[in-house]
Amino acid sequence: MEVPVMENILSSNDKKAAENKKIFAKNKIFALNLIGSPGAGKTSLLEKTIDVLSDQVKMAVIEGDLFTNKDADRIAKYNVPVIQINTSGGCHLDAMMVAKVLPQLDLSELDLVIIENVGNLVCPAEFNIGEDTKAVVLSITEGDDKPLKYPLIFKEAAVAVLNKVDILKFTNFDMVSARHDINCLNPGVTILETSCQTGRGINEWCSWIKERINSKKNGCNNNG
Amino acid sequence: MHEMAMAQGVMEIVEDYAHRSNAKKVCTISLLIGEMAGVVFESLEFCFSALAKGTIAEDAEIKLKKVPLVGHCNNCGWQGHIENYNFFCPECGSAKVDIISGRELRVEYLEVD
Ligand SMILES: [Zn+2]
Repeated sequence: MEVPVMENILSSNDKKAAENKKIFAKNKIFALNLIGSPGAGKTSLLEKTIDVLSDQVKMAVIEGDLFTNKDADRIAKYNVPVIQINTSGGCHLDAMMVAKVLPQLDLSELDLVIIENVGNLVCPAEFNIGEDTKAVVLSITEGDDKPLKYPLIFKEAAVAVLNKVDILKFTNFDMVSARHDINCLNPGVTILETSCQTGRGINEWCSWIKERINSKKNGCNNNG
Repeated sequence: MHEMAMAQGVMEIVEDYAHRSNAKKVCTISLLIGEMAGVVFESLEFCFSALAKGTIAEDAEIKLKKVPLVGHCNNCGWQGHIENYNFFCPECGSAKVDIISGRELRVEYLEVD
């Protein structure tokens, strides 16, 4: 006997993600899912972001990590609430993990939650966690071939951050080609060049986030 | 290895539908997997067979249907396969190309006894 199904394999995750999204919406919090390979510089970018934004907006950080607290410990030195999620080897955060820790935050007091996902360009792209927006961080040391190799995350992200541009001249990274591939995958996507060493692009990145926070506060849809 | 999480999703759906149709055994599980879904099929199959041990789906065969990445241009109406992940319309150059298919992660049907 044939039983028709046509159900999404990730439907239970997606349902939970929709609940998280509602919670963020209710509290007018802009939730950013920060995705990138290990070593892309997500935590450094986060530190710079906190430096610039923590005086201007009320923010909290959720740190996803395989086994350690190292990234959360780095963030804990700043004066923002940080929650650690250990995935115990899992390659991505899922909506259930995020739902579980949300009650630990004083949501009514926040404008921005940045969720640093587990270092990986594949799996986190597939699992929504209730965020408004995905941001992908690619360091130029990883190579300009990565957008076409990991197309899903570059398609899903509203902003692509090309990090570590201070060492561009020591690499064979082709900036024109990388920008071209990312734009073909995701026409009109915001592409930012940053360096956490020199501070280049950090203000642009923070302004980009602030614009999203403001449109969320004003009740606009900011999926893009 | 997000394929384990996906295999768990498949397992939940299979058990649910098998139960609802009073099945004693699941013989076939047909999956629709989009070209642009981030799935390594061999890993998914491996994870599923590990999960299915001792369940109603232990001996089930997994049939995979790969769904091509197809786009539709909202400007000129072009519809076709998207080559090299270039989402600009090949006919008119517009950026208003939506994905019609190619992101699927779905259980299509079960064959049960
Ligand atoms: Zn067109």
